Amino acid sequence: MVCHASRSRVLSEYPVTDEDGLEPIEILTLPLDAWHREKGGRMVEFAGYYMPVQYEGIMAEHLWTRENAGLFDVSHMGQVFISSEEGITPAVEAAVEAALPIDLATLKTGAPRYSLLLDEEGGILDDLMVTRWATGFYLVVNGATKWDDIGTLRELLPDDVTLNHLDESALLALQGPKAFAALERHVEGDTPLADLKFMKGAAFKLGGVDAWISRSGYTGEDGFEIAIPGESAAHVADLLCGEPEVRPIGLGARDSLRLEAGLPLYGHDLSPETSVVDADLKFAVNKRRRSEGGFPGSDRVLKDFAEGTPRKRIGLVLEGRMAAREGAKVFNNDQEVGVVTSGGFSPSLQQPIAMAYVDAALVSEGADFVIEMRGKKLPAKVAAMPFVPHRYYR
Amino acid sequence: MTRYFSEDHEWIEVEGDLGTVGITDYAQGQLGDITFVDLPAEGATVGKGDSVSVVDSVKAASDVYTPVSGTIAAVNEALADQPELVNTEAETGGWLFRVTLSDAAELGALMDEAAYKSYVDSL
Repeated sequence: MVCHASRSRVLSEYPVTDEDGLEPIEILTLPLDAWHREKGGRMVEFAGYYMPVQYEGIMAEHLWTRENAGLFDVSHMGQVFISSEEGITPAVEAAVEAALPIDLATLKTGAPRYSLLLDEEGGILDDLMVTRWATGFYLVVNGATKWDDIGTLRELLPDDVTLNHLDESALLALQGPKAFAALERHVEGDTPLADLKFMKGAAFKLGGVDAWISRSGYTGEDGFEIAIPGESAAHVADLLCGEPEVRPIGLGARDSLRLEAGLPLYGHDLSPETSVVDADLKFAVNKRRRSEGGFPGSDRVLKDFAEGTPRKRIGLVLEGRMAAREGAKVFNNDQEVGVVTSGGFSPSLQQPIAMAYVDAALVSEGADFVIEMRGKKLPAKVAAMPFVPHRYYR
Repeated sequence: MTRYFSEDHEWIEVEGDLGTVGITDYAQGQLGDITFVDLPAEGATVGKGDSVSVVDSVKAASDVYTPVSGTIAAVNEALADQPELVNTEAETGGWLFRVTLSDAAELGALMDEAAYKSYVDSL
């Protein structure tokens, strides 16, 4: 028995090698490595680190998060701080705006905002969150792309703008309808936790530890993302998992939760071959930047805004129980019109769902397609995303 | 009745020239929650090592290879509505298909239960 999906190495013993396939690369450990193992996490290599793919099982962890609260370790993600010796100056703001399609004039202190790192052709190099702190800009980027992102940003930023990799900081996510209740018991701050609405953040003491907490996440549920010093990560994880609402959740459920929430995953649904408009991420280019441009790839992106794109990222709900996986081709009347970029069985809906890039002219809600998977033709319908409604605290 | 195991984590229980095939408890534990099982067509002729069935879990799809050559004699219809039987009863009620063996000598290349156990322990 051999797994197909490249992301699953459950029964296949691939050595991890560098790009030339010559030397095995050392897999790194994160601050909670021992903690995960002690909790029964099944550790796999992910983005160069050992990470827990599951504890008790993806289905149970997924449903637990939708009904209670799940604690995710996302310390593999890159935390980056951009500033200067004088803190945030007009020059720093100009430099960040030259690197990202963001409007910093509308970015209030503490509020994270979704943005994109684009190449000169408008291809997506990464998706990320940008938060204005009093002292500089705090970015969270994807784990697998963080080293390239740091290089790209360093090249884009002038020398007097500093870029620090906060590699001693851990990042946790507490997600689910009971996340607030569990977290509130352990935080102290200048503002009550209840004052944090979706996409707002503030500094707190969490179990006595300095924490930057934002009300955000990657599951579609209410929840928080929590940056803490790496050496305090186990202490905080123990505190939160000591609450009856909270269980540790692995990367497997993180993926199925974000898919149900219609949130794209970099490296699968987003890549240098995709751009803002076809990826359906127009909101990531802030309004002023749509007219002014002046960010990497803006010529192409503005053209796409004006003219549309030949294909578009959409959601599909499949008939039956067999899931479509990344790479499966999408057909309309026997003509190939697209490709699946993420797919799996939805634990909440109990049916297979997928994201795909499909010929934009053929897309309307309820439109029928056929996905070919292992020689079988699976009927699929276009569905609005999110597949499972978001329940953010606004 | 004798039970044999493959390095690909299939088991086959043989009675006369009929073998019942499934995936091992170890394999189901590694795959996690099974959501769908794609079964072969009854009457299909299969060769040792062919991918004849696919087991879908939440995170991945995995091929199941027939450990022997022969003809598919039956498939486990219960899995259509209860694919989770592969998790809960991997080596009993969660069997996948039955195959009429065309070459019983192929069984000689498989492991017995003790050998499979040490094989799994070595992984």
